[in-house]
Amino acid sequence: MRKSGSRNAFLTICIAPATILFFIFMIVPTFNVFRMSLFEKGAYSPQETFVGLNNFKVLFKDINFIRSMQNMILLMVIVTLFTFVFAIVFAAILTREKIKGQNTFRIIFYIPNILSIVVISGIFSAIYKPENGMLNSIIGMFKDMSSPILWKGEKLVMLSIIIAMIWQAIGYYMVMYMASMSAVSESLYESAGLDGATKFQQFFMITIPLIWTNIRTTLTFYIISNINMAFLFVKSMTSGGPNHASEVALNYMYSQKDAGLFGYSMAVGVVIFLFSFALSAIVNKVTEREPLEF
Amino acid sequence: MQDKTKSGGGLYKFFIYFVLCMLAITIVVPVAWVFMASIKENKEFYGNPWTLPAGFYWQNFVDAWNKAAMGEYMINSVIVTALSITLLLVIALPAAYGLARFNFRGKKFLNTAFMAGLFINVNYIVVPIFLMLRDGDNFIKKLGGEGFLLNNLLVLSLVYASTALPFTIYLLSGYFVTLPHDYEEAAYIDGAGFFTTMIKVIFPMAKPSIITVILFNFLAFWNEYIISMTLMSSAKGPKTLPVGLLNLMQAQQSAAEYGMMYAGLVLVMLPTLILYMLVQKQLTEGMTVGGLKG
Repeated sequence: MRKSGSRNAFLTICIAPATILFFIFMIVPTFNVFRMSLFEKGAYSPQETFVGLNNFKVLFKDINFIRSMQNMILLMVIVTLFTFVFAIVFAAILTREKIKGQNTFRIIFYIPNILSIVVISGIFSAIYKPENGMLNSIIGMFKDMSSPILWKGEKLVMLSIIIAMIWQAIGYYMVMYMASMSAVSESLYESAGLDGATKFQQFFMITIPLIWTNIRTTLTFYIISNINMAFLFVKSMTSGGPNHASEVALNYMYSQKDAGLFGYSMAVGVVIFLFSFALSAIVNKVTEREPLEF
Repeated sequence: MQDKTKSGGGLYKFFIYFVLCMLAITIVVPVAWVFMASIKENKEFYGNPWTLPAGFYWQNFVDAWNKAAMGEYMINSVIVTALSITLLLVIALPAAYGLARFNFRGKKFLNTAFMAGLFINVNYIVVPIFLMLRDGDNFIKKLGGEGFLLNNLLVLSLVYASTALPFTIYLLSGYFVTLPHDYEEAAYIDGAGFFTTMIKVIFPMAKPSIITVILFNFLAFWNEYIISMTLMSSAKGPKTLPVGLLNLMQAQQSAAEYGMMYAGLVLVMLPTLILYMLVQKQLTEGMTVGGLKG
């Protein structure tokens, strides 16, 4: 009996601090996102007024919010597509071919992932700078640049952000797929090679199906994390500008908070929450395949 | 036929090297460019961006360190990162151990709750966390005290640690469940209590997982800027390094002190690059366990 008493005390001491902190800093704020979205609460008025779904009614007519959702979805689709195709192809090349300096390539490709997004946006502002920027000076060698290309101007800003996001993510996913691809047995490729399968056939018939489980989980997480990554990039690179051209949903939520419209800001938060849950369920469903054993 | 595939193979190899080198260049060159820019004098920035620095202009770093207060921010970042990691380990290790290796009522519920926490991105809930702490400060002020929850490095560390709990517990319990129960039984027979067993027997075995946790969270906490910016928004209050850099980058748009800004960039990324050089193997291998982090 004493033993079980001390066991319970032990377990309480172990688990209670984590549970309490998790409750205070994650569960309560999450609950508050949903609760506050039903209230009108401002920075300068201490009291909150219940307004039901009014915030959402305004929200779905808010042209800047709609634009921010469109931009976010655009970023998620394009960035995910390019990152995954490049990462998987490069990983397959680096694991399958005997490449000299394979390790050096791996080390270099992973570097962007360890840098702060603020640092990356600093690097890219040096690249995109209209006068004396890295990119424009290279293009200037081939073409007259008397009117410099405005990479962060209204027209090109989304493209510029897409490039920066792919640059940051590609190495991380490549290194991850290299790990799972190197677990695929060499003998499969040998016998496929004897049967006359080309490298492309081997890639689609062996590599992809065998690492599908890994692709599937990472794909779901990556798509969802892009909601957040898009925010981190936009906030530090453009703050949503110029003229809301690069606004994304989380940044819009944040700017509404800065404007002091807390209830409205949380309505945006609710939409993001529901969107990300629904999306991960859909991606999970769509990518479902019979798992292959090898 | 045989010959044809061989020469095609040579061309194919060349193409692969070419593409890999191009990708490596697009990563290395901008990063190296920032290092070079950090030792250029301000007047060197008006002209071709590809000219080498005229000399080592260390004054940039002195200015960034003192004038832009990056030195002070650096110390703040060191404090916050070290404190958050310590808190995280002290809280998450026992919790993961208790949740993974003991049976008790509510275990399943807690495990599910922490798993669900994996889907809550901290930037979705940053506004309610901010409002909660602000309300706390207002309450303390009403009682006649001085608000201390916002603009506080310790509170920021606590928020960092708490929001990293779900992933860390997920990762550590994943390791703890794989251990055979013989270890504990042997220790109990030798007369060790629950705490001694946990600290002296189990934790040392989890060293590789603990190192992975430290590495990933070092990068996450050191590079984080949204939470830090929100919870420490007072102009006179403490700031962490990425937020300081962001302010510096925004101020630079009008002041045009390029050298100082790039020196600031180097100061933020240098610690992560050095750490990466030292532990790149653990980092790229550890990610197969931590691969799901968003």
